[in-house]
Amino acid sequence: MDDLYRENILDHFQNPRNFGKIENPDITYKDSNPLCGDELQVDLTFENEKVKEVKFHCKCCAICKASASMLTEMIEEQTKDELKNISKEDVMENLGISLGPVRIKCALLPLKVLKAGIYGIDKWDEEE
Amino acid sequence: MLEMEICKKLDIEKIRRDFPILKREVHGKQLVYLDNAATSQKPESVIQAISEYYRTYNANTHRGVHLLSEEATDKYEYAHRKVAKFINAKSYKEIIFVRNTTEAINLVAYSWGRANVSKGDTIVLSEMEHHSNIVPWQLLAKEKGANLEYIEVDDTGCLNLDSLDNILSRDVKLVSIAHMSNVLGTINPVELIIEKAHNAGALVMIDGAQSAAHMPIDMQKIGCDFYAFSGHKMAGPTGIGVLYGRKSLLEQMDPFLGGGDMILEVKLTESTWNDLPWKFEAGTPSIAQGIGLGAAIDYLTEIGMDAIHEYEQEIVSYAMSELLNIDGIEILGPSSELRGGLVSFSLKDVHPHDIASILDMEGVAIRAGHHCAQPLHDKYGLGASARASFYLYNTKDEVDLLINAINKAKGIFTF
Ligand SMILES: Cc1ncc(COP(=O)(O)O)c(C=O)c1O
Repeated sequence: MDDLYRENILDHFQNPRNFGKIENPDITYKDSNPLCGDELQVDLTFENEKVKEVKFHCKCCAICKASASMLTEMIEEQTKDELKNISKEDVMENLGISLGPVRIKCALLPLKVLKAGIYGIDKWDEEE
Repeated sequence: MLEMEICKKLDIEKIRRDFPILKREVHGKQLVYLDNAATSQKPESVIQAISEYYRTYNANTHRGVHLLSEEATDKYEYAHRKVAKFINAKSYKEIIFVRNTTEAINLVAYSWGRANVSKGDTIVLSEMEHHSNIVPWQLLAKEKGANLEYIEVDDTGCLNLDSLDNILSRDVKLVSIAHMSNVLGTINPVELIIEKAHNAGALVMIDGAQSAAHMPIDMQKIGCDFYAFSGHKMAGPTGIGVLYGRKSLLEQMDPFLGGGDMILEVKLTESTWNDLPWKFEAGTPSIAQGIGLGAAIDYLTEIGMDAIHEYEQEIVSYAMSELLNIDGIEILGPSSELRGGLVSFSLKDVHPHDIASILDMEGVAIRAGHHCAQPLHDKYGLGASARASFYLYNTKDEVDLLINAINKAKGIFTF
């Protein structure tokens, strides 16, 4: 627990990768964490069925922002099918920390937004 | 000075011993529990009262003629009398046990609102309300075609009563506002608001979730028509709350839920209602919790609500002055004289969730989020805030631990 704010998380928080917006995205989706009102948007463009560019921006905590930053790195050049297969465990493993039931929602908001953007929110609800 | 001497001082060390959980460690550190506005801790006497019921006289109330049932009924009913005395209601008939503040407000919106609010009528709330004092009225307004108006909150975190005067010139049926804000800490001038509302022919409901636990409450002095509060925020158990209602109003109202215990007589075509307050307590009630609430009231009364309020104001004023020494802190809400024992704040460049997680590692429990008051946070352009809320067992040393932990959070996020 003491290493929640370990170096790699703070690094992604301070220097988020792929932070910003895309002018004409193929897919854009925004959602919020109802527990705290935090918001996150992900924009994507595709080329040859693969992710060409991804950007995110948010009004959120360090855990959420770092998680989003890492996720955008993870999905570079991936196909939609590959995106669909990313699991919560993948995200948590990438972050390398363990979180309680409340704060895990912060870490998973980026994945939720990504998946809902790609194939609708219903599917996410099923996974949850 | 004389007043200081008369006022009963709290014996904090003894009080702390009364709450077994305060000995607990969290992440290897001594627990510093500063999330009392969400729910308070419980003293041994409350825990014992609940366990004694289950161990020695567990039975349903109002139903058996056997001894256990009689004992349970006696104790459960007596808890209503304790509450009546605690808030100076005229009679226990005006005290309805519900699950919590939220249910109490829903009861009024349903039973009173459906019969008395019609198309074009106005219900007045304020911008600082908890979602539980907004959503039930939105549901009612939608069903009836009624309007909702909100008393403004000014930049200092107080209600703008000029805006109330304007609103009251319409067809206002009810004003429902918090006695104390769970985000700003503001104690609202409810007596003045009630006088204005009554003069305009409107009834007034007060959401006392944050006040009943922390200061003396007197129904005769306040003069409201309905008052709601939760047992779990006042050293009592979860699952029990109180709706106070003026007897004449409660008598006219139809029941909220139908079922056992709330009827006098059931025929196949219609039924007649039981006496107050049982008319509004359908089904087997939260017996242990009601008895536990009675024990909590005994505990608080013994210490004295005046003394508790005074002590908490001292703590919050100390906390505010220490917080303001931290560079980048912004405090929401008014100065300490105008508030109860809680303080919400934001820290530049550090998200409240991150503050709360780092504090947690230091054993300090606070709340981060919008505290179920999203409209208020929207108004201030904040997504969320951090909140430290105090109770009778908190100390200035704990405030110092809070401040140290916030400085640590700041350190982590200074790059
Ligand atoms: C001002 C206010 N109103 C209503 C509530 C709702 O209380 P409960 O959740 O016990 O129904 C709360 C507490 O969360 C509160 O602070």
